[in-house]
Amino acid sequence: MEAIKKEETLSPKLIVSVGPHVKDEETIQRIMWSVSLALLPSSVMAAYYFGPRALAVMIVSILSALGAEAVTQKVMGKPIAISDGSAFLTGLLLSLNLPSGIPLYLPIIGNVVAIVITKQLFGGLGFNVFNPALIGRALLLTSWPRLMTTWYKPVASLTSLDAITTATPLGVIKEAGAVKGMEELLKQFGSISNMYTEMLIGNRAGSLGETSIIALLIGAAFLLYKRYITWHIPFSFLATVAVLSWVVGVKDPVTGNISFFTGDPLLSLLSGGLILGAFFMATDYVTVPVLRRAQIAFGIGCGLLTILIRRFGGYPEGVCYAILLMNCFTPLLDRWFKRRKFGFVKERK
Amino acid sequence: MKVITFSGGVHPDSRKLTEKKPIIKTALPKQVVIPLSQHIGAPCSASVTAGQEVKKGQPIGQTSGFVSAPVHASISGKVVAIGPFPHPSGKDVTSVVIEGDGKDEWVSGLKEHEDYLNLDIELLKAIVKDAGIVGLGGATFPTHVKLSPPKEKKIDTVILNGAECEPYLTSDHRLMVEHPREIVEGLKIIMRMVGVDKGYIGIEQNKPDAIKALRDAASKDRNVEVVQLYVKYPQGAEKMLIKVITGREVPSGGLPMDVGAVVQNVGTAKAIFDAVRYGIPLIERVVTVTGSGIKEPNNFLVRIGTSFQQLIDESGGFKGGIGKIIAGGPMMGLAQGTTDVPVIKGTSGILVLAKDEVKEAETYRPCCRCGRCIDVCPVGLNPATIGILVERGRFQEAKDNDCFDCIECGSCSYICPAKRPLVQFIKLAKFELTRKS
Repeated sequence: MEAIKKEETLSPKLIVSVGPHVKDEETIQRIMWSVSLALLPSSVMAAYYFGPRALAVMIVSILSALGAEAVTQKVMGKPIAISDGSAFLTGLLLSLNLPSGIPLYLPIIGNVVAIVITKQLFGGLGFNVFNPALIGRALLLTSWPRLMTTWYKPVASLTSLDAITTATPLGVIKEAGAVKGMEELLKQFGSISNMYTEMLIGNRAGSLGETSIIALLIGAAFLLYKRYITWHIPFSFLATVAVLSWVVGVKDPVTGNISFFTGDPLLSLLSGGLILGAFFMATDYVTVPVLRRAQIAFGIGCGLLTILIRRFGGYPEGVCYAILLMNCFTPLLDRWFKRRKFGFVKERK
Repeated sequence: MKVITFSGGVHPDSRKLTEKKPIIKTALPKQVVIPLSQHIGAPCSASVTAGQEVKKGQPIGQTSGFVSAPVHASISGKVVAIGPFPHPSGKDVTSVVIEGDGKDEWVSGLKEHEDYLNLDIELLKAIVKDAGIVGLGGATFPTHVKLSPPKEKKIDTVILNGAECEPYLTSDHRLMVEHPREIVEGLKIIMRMVGVDKGYIGIEQNKPDAIKALRDAASKDRNVEVVQLYVKYPQGAEKMLIKVITGREVPSGGLPMDVGAVVQNVGTAKAIFDAVRYGIPLIERVVTVTGSGIKEPNNFLVRIGTSFQQLIDESGGFKGGIGKIIAGGPMMGLAQGTTDVPVIKGTSGILVLAKDEVKEAETYRPCCRCGRCIDVCPVGLNPATIGILVERGRFQEAKDNDCFDCIECGSCSYICPAKRPLVQFIKLAKFELTRKS
């Protein structure tokens, strides 16, 4: 025994592998779990405002995403990689895009579509064309439009099972038009400053994770600080929405006239799923451009489509479809905005 | 003072354990193994035979082409064998083994030149060539070739590379602190050889003592400027250095001389000075022996051909479990399978990493398109895309993505969160494409 030990210290078994021999500590797992961690404040606020029902939606959604991922990978003969956190994140993101009162089979169907069809059949992590969670949501929205647009009033109680349906601020404006809609919202919230405050905190009807802007911004700040996301997409996305919502103003539902330069950019930023989408879904590595300048174009495109859908489309909210449509342009954008390569300069005379 | 840099690059932990350790001479090796190929270009042919007595500094390998450099005996003694021996490159290379007689006697006829700045340029080139000087930064390109640019290329700038951006390594750093005068004089010789009156010495700003030493040494030479560089890898890459100091970009597929620049390592400049002033051929160099797996990290002045094992022993041996032994720095160095390899002209350091620092044959994951490799690539490539193309054997498309512009710095592999061996994918593409054509 002693002899063997001595032998080992004399000629250590050396690892011969390729360099670089030191590497950055970041891994895919750490990034994915950090993004999920960044969604923790929003998840907590969702559970606080929408009660146990919201918690159930989140848990079912995450479990079904993990299950779908594991089963598909098993069937396809790939190593099961649910520990990398990407399926967990898809499940969590999908649930945060759902209303609280839906039957629990909806998140299961949504996740199976998201994971199996959108992600794994396209080649798994890194190869999917569309954001899986958003495809899941889009499918549910088109298949069960009534269930997916029945919103509940936040109750701010962890035990209450009562649920009163109501409309989202964007829904109110879509239905009643800008002027009347605003009147209705004021009635609902009391005053305009109170409306903005409540919308920041999250005390409004909407999808689980979209309502509490503060919680979303805390998570986004963490991701920006850790450089897991960069400013390019969220900033260009939000800026485009803010500017265009002011420029395009609001369409009167009766006459169809658009009043220009009258929109409320703040209301546009705070309502719907914009903040959630801009920071957590339009920044999904796999489905957005990799080049920074292309990302700015991607963000502008998302903003443009969001306003188009919100103002002129059939749905009150357009973030989900805007991102999905822009996902189609990802390869094109990466091609158009090639990074300038070193050494491609005019020859010195 | 202005600090300048380039776009891209990474910030690995610098871990300069030995930056305050003076260069110490190793014990005279009892035996040296001197490979006949220690440079880029044609290998030498042995000019001695087994059994022959040799003196220190005596040529033992002759060049067989212009792009080549002779090798010299680094100790006096007897040639005991000529044959294939392990080499830090991983291959076995024909080497001359000399057993020392302990006398350490110089070969006769070394020519000193006190008026070294007034010598004929052709004579200078001959001295540099005959002294076997190659790029000591690690690339080991024969120096006399670099200093003989074709006439149509107008050279106007000489840059000495003292960036030493590889983590751990401090051999250039110590050389600059301890021999600044020789480095400046070496630079002036180079400037004379290529007919240039402006010389720069680029040093990363994490070496203030080296910057000060060289500024003091060059205080009387108004045409020599010491430039402070931002600390970032690969600041010491030739193209990056030229870009930050002159603002010029070496064109794709071109050479530094295409933008009028010649870059030499600071160690090379000192070797040139030693050769021209004292007639000493390149038989020793500074080697940093460092890492968490070494008891007493140190900077050594080492005879070429000394075994890694001797240097490790002189550093107090291994500490704890050993994972990897690397010839060179952690970014571009080569992992060794044995300590039975010799120090060669390009060996800037021996890095020993402890077992817990090294992951055995790490598995990698698919690309998640995070774009980090694109952000850090100093030459603006898309390593992620090239990697995916290479994985599918689509080498021609890798070429269309300019894989031949890669400088193989490894920043992409360093940063990749999926741990993809991106720089190896690119090297593979280059290999396959060159083989086919």
